[in-house]
Amino acid sequence: MYSKKVVEQFLHPKNMGFIKDADGVGKVGNIVCGDQMTLYIKVKNKKGKNIIDDIKFESFGCAAAIATSSMITEMAKGKEIGEAMKLKRDDVAEELGGLPPIKMHCSNMAAQALHKAIEDYKNKLKSSR
Amino acid sequence: MKDKIYLDYAATTPLDPEVFEAMKPYFMEDFGNASSAHQFGQKARQGLDKARGEVAEFFGCKPEEVIFNSGATESNNLAIKGIIYKIHSSPPARDLPKGEKSKVPAEDEARQGRQSLPHIITSKIEHHCVLDTCKNLEETKMAEVTYLEVNREGLVEISEVEKAIKENTVLISIMYANNEIGTVQPIEEIGKLVRKINVSRQEKDKIYFHTDAVQATNYLNCNVDSLGVDLLAISAHKFYGPKGVGVLYIRKGTPIKKIQDGGAHEYDLRAGTYNIGGIVGLGKAISMINGETAQRVKKLRDKLIDGVLKNIPNSKLNGSPEKRLQNNANFSFPGAEGESIMMALDLEGIAVSTGSACASENLQPSHVLTALGLGHEDAHTSIRVTLGKYTNEQEIDKFLEILPKVIERLRKISGSGGQAKKKLPDDFGC
Repeated sequence: MYSKKVVEQFLHPKNMGFIKDADGVGKVGNIVCGDQMTLYIKVKNKKGKNIIDDIKFESFGCAAAIATSSMITEMAKGKEIGEAMKLKRDDVAEELGGLPPIKMHCSNMAAQALHKAIEDYKNKLKSSR
Repeated sequence: MKDKIYLDYAATTPLDPEVFEAMKPYFMEDFGNASSAHQFGQKARQGLDKARGEVAEFFGCKPEEVIFNSGATESNNLAIKGIIYKIHSSPPARDLPKGEKSKVPAEDEARQGRQSLPHIITSKIEHHCVLDTCKNLEETKMAEVTYLEVNREGLVEISEVEKAIKENTVLISIMYANNEIGTVQPIEEIGKLVRKINVSRQEKDKIYFHTDAVQATNYLNCNVDSLGVDLLAISAHKFYGPKGVGVLYIRKGTPIKKIQDGGAHEYDLRAGTYNIGGIVGLGKAISMINGETAQRVKKLRDKLIDGVLKNIPNSKLNGSPEKRLQNNANFSFPGAEGESIMMALDLEGIAVSTGSACASENLQPSHVLTALGLGHEDAHTSIRVTLGKYTNEQEIDKFLEILPKVIERLRKISGSGGQAKKKLPDDFGC
């Protein structure tokens, strides 16, 4: 059912965990559907650009959910906020070598979680001004 | 390649080598159509008759009460639809209960000449082939159906069955043992209840009793008179026989209409050329079922349950611990999602199944776990482990070695931690 890359990410996920003093947190999903992801980001200003310096995820869900969470953290780490915001579910699925159609919603959740985390960061910035 | 461990016997079983040997001649040597009058056909017919005898002996019934078909899905369809269709094609025999308004659409009333729909009682934890058949009859306004709740242990209560019986009840369909949680329903008691009620009913208003015995065949007493059933369904591939063949036991005198036309096979109850290889296999497989295997499997299963509950914190067994099939275990592991557990075990070469939504085609959690009253946290973290006659102690030990590590890893990934039960983040909308 799953590609080699999905299996690899599932067995050896990158950036697992949480960040205590995260600059942005994005939560998606709910226990009712049985899929829940939380993304934590730490943003640093490097050479005038806001870069995702650190990113961690927690994921309760199927193998595809864990793999897509892990993959999006890999793709977003080190990216400028604006660039990271452009990451879509298809990008994640492509990077993973494809997902079964019924599992595409997992990659959608991963992208959503990242966008929410970035929005959260931006909102926190606004309120601190 | 890692050594594989199969712990999904409730899904299907491997063919027993003796069954395979018994089947072989019927594919290339005695390949005749069992309905043909010539020697080729008659040779095949002998195999058919022998198998029928083997099944009749197992059930304690007459050979002509054994109807071969493609499997329990077909059996359950025939049992339920057959009873209802027969009623609708018969002259009106049932009077409207006092004070009740007709549920039959006006345009049908003239055709059917009756004022109340036949009533079926079943349970919420039946297999989909029973539930979907009932829903079909509801949608086509052929029957009204009551779906009984089960208690927290996954058991139908006899008092609930009795309460649900009405004047227009024609059929009660309760599975013998549930396929997901293995709980054993009070079939004998229901059989006694039905007999008692039928004493005061006229022949035309009798209630018939059907049970889906697919999971029970290997492990429980299937004598049809002890159970008091009129209809009973089995599938060969659950007891080391081939896939694609099953039986519906139909007690003589049960008014039933065939649902597959095209020939007078099976006492004019099920048309279609005999799957002679499959039928012979089924007969052989059923004749090999014995209680000694059930004992041995139960010991291993108990060791497995014990090991899981002791070594994995915050783990629970779903369904009655006592009124349970000897080979079944169903657990929940809050914090570790079911499909992930199944995949992780699969990558270690171990096969189990899950009731989680992620693994189902419609992204809904198991209807059985939902009916048990399990919260989402438990329903989505469940796995079913079912043993069989080829399971050995080393396999159980290996499973007990690997599972705790899998659960711990997945709980870390979800942020639920290893030891204490941490509340998962709140609902943020799907």
